[in-house]
Amino acid sequence: MAALFLLPALVLLGALVVYPIGYSLVRSFGNASGDGFAGFDNYRALFTDDGIRTALKNNVLWVVFAPTVSTALGLVFAVLTERVRWGTAFKLVVFMPMAISMLAAGIIFRLVYDQDPDKGVANAVWVGVHDTFAQASAFPKAHPGRDSPLRPDRGGFITRTTVRAGQPVALPLVGVAPDQLPDDAKKAVAAAPEPGKVTGTTWQDFTRGKGVGRLGAPDPSEVGYAGMRIEAVKDGTVVATAEAAGDGTFVLPAAADGARLRLPASNFREPYNGVDWLGPALVTPSIIGAYVWMWAGFAMVLIAAGLAGVPRELLEAARVDGASEWQVFRKVTVPLLAPVLAVVVVTLMINVLKVFDLVFIIAPGSSQDDANVLALELYRKGFAEGQPGIASAISVFLLLLVIPVMLFNIRRLRREVRR
Amino acid sequence: MTATVGGVGKTGPSGAVPAGRSVASRIAERLSGGLVRVVLILVGLFWLVPTIGLLVSSLRTPQDMSASGWWSVFTEPSQLTVDSYRKLLENSDITDSLVNTVLITVPATLLVVVIGALAGYAFAWMEFPGRDWWFLGVVSLLVVPVQVALIPIAELFGNIGLFGSILGVILFHTGFGLPFAVFLLRNFFAEIPRELLEAARLDGAGELRLFARVVMPLGGPAIASLGIFQFLWVWNDMLVALVFTKSGTQPVTVALQTQVRQFGNNIDVLAPGAFISMVIPLAVFFAFQKQFVSGVMAGAVK
Repeated sequence: MAALFLLPALVLLGALVVYPIGYSLVRSFGNASGDGFAGFDNYRALFTDDGIRTALKNNVLWVVFAPTVSTALGLVFAVLTERVRWGTAFKLVVFMPMAISMLAAGIIFRLVYDQDPDKGVANAVWVGVHDTFAQASAFPKAHPGRDSPLRPDRGGFITRTTVRAGQPVALPLVGVAPDQLPDDAKKAVAAAPEPGKVTGTTWQDFTRGKGVGRLGAPDPSEVGYAGMRIEAVKDGTVVATAEAAGDGTFVLPAAADGARLRLPASNFREPYNGVDWLGPALVTPSIIGAYVWMWAGFAMVLIAAGLAGVPRELLEAARVDGASEWQVFRKVTVPLLAPVLAVVVVTLMINVLKVFDLVFIIAPGSSQDDANVLALELYRKGFAEGQPGIASAISVFLLLLVIPVMLFNIRRLRREVRR
Repeated sequence: MTATVGGVGKTGPSGAVPAGRSVASRIAERLSGGLVRVVLILVGLFWLVPTIGLLVSSLRTPQDMSASGWWSVFTEPSQLTVDSYRKLLENSDITDSLVNTVLITVPATLLVVVIGALAGYAFAWMEFPGRDWWFLGVVSLLVVPVQVALIPIAELFGNIGLFGSILGVILFHTGFGLPFAVFLLRNFFAEIPRELLEAARLDGAGELRLFARVVMPLGGPAIASLGIFQFLWVWNDMLVALVFTKSGTQPVTVALQTQVRQFGNNIDVLAPGAFISMVIPLAVFFAFQKQFVSGVMAGAVK
């Protein structure tokens, strides 16, 4: 009779879970086509194949940071929500991402991390903060035109000859889109000579239409580079600086006599475009961020349940004894919650070992190699690259990593079952 | 949880503030209480913004999307439109895949509940040799990663003609849902008072009748938790379906996944598609929070 009740479950488990474990073990010693013995070659590949090594390295990052950060945040949230009346609403908000698919979360964060600050909210905020503190440059695309008196120098431009006091200098450039020019730019004017001082004009030496306007001198239709910074350089050191007025004119003191004039690189920096969240360097931390967004709620709910079981009198007693809130948290709450925290961290570690969807969806093709993790590499090797032997070795490796937890489960349950 | 709030709130009128505390420390407490509120509100917003971004993006045209960030709707609400949704629902690839998601999720959930309950009952209340060992064996499978089975089962299904079929995906999810189902239900059923079962047995009820009339109704809460958990798990799965389905049997996660490679160009499909795929899980989540939470807690390796 019992067999009838158990049969469906045991058949399915045997065929779909137990049999694959054995098969993977055998297959991991076979070659790519499955008709020969490969010894430990597939396991050796785990440590020699570049793709797998990146995956291993990233998995270590994942296992170390994702569970601990999620748990730490969950702990903080669980403790803080106890102190506000709308704690349940807060918990609902943070726990909600648990209910959605990793695919949906991936799409959500692909959008958040978009490089363009006009699309991705992460960079929109980041650039906003950055531009509040750092001045943006105005002439990113400016460059010398035909027969220019300027040549490139250290990311900026410098005059080919030295300048003399009393002889106005022309520093023409081209290439700034009309709508990108500073708002206070006015019609460019040729600077008047001033005795004992170096004067000049820097402006956009370009008039629409072929052959219109003179080269190297301001025409009525041309506009000054308002705010352009100018340095006078003698023997490699800056001896004087000035900033162009709205009409492009500038005045340097006598010290600039005999110097070369440089328009330094700071005038031409590309506008700050934010952080390349999904570039090779940051892609793994960024995806871990998305994971924390999904799973901090899980940690919070389990820890909150544990917290509900902490005797209030203990906390009150500590407070009465003069402990600060921080001391109560550090010396009473956390130690009492230690078992729950351990459970949460271990559960998340197992979960993190299997992370696949988030990496697969969030990492763009260009940086997917850099974001690689074991579960993704297994999928690639097994289903895209025709290497089922190596893929099986990865799966056996993953299984080995969870075996300690498996044994722990069995030991704990054996006590319970025999009760 | 609300019961504990009063226990911790020290600013209440209960007069429980010990005599030793100065006015200054009470002011400091009020200030830190304010700080806690501000921090939690900010964190809550931080958690909501990504999802709001997706929702708003799904309600804008691709042209607006490439011109400005989704937050510009707060100044120009006229941009909001359901065009993307209308187009999406005319796209038979997506609508068919939504049907497939249902065709996979519902049977996979029911099968796990029924088969898991049968086995859970046997492990809890039937006598047979090696019972506890069998149970431990099943529980040890709890942490086996699905990845281990992808290649072997792909070959197995290929040999017996299940590869690419919806039935194959259902079976796979059932197999991997069972360890948790058996674990959860056996533990819950074991708590049923022995007298209830003995009484029914004395009345001449057979095991099957006992199972259907006594154990299943009493197991309601655990079955609800399990059902919701498994439902969300299968509904949200992408990896298993990615391996075992082909075009025509793909669920919505896989159908959307194929569009991700050209993320920028397909945002008008991806954003509303992702949101539609989230609606059912979110509805289930909000309707059955309690059961979901208890399922999650039982699932944690305690």
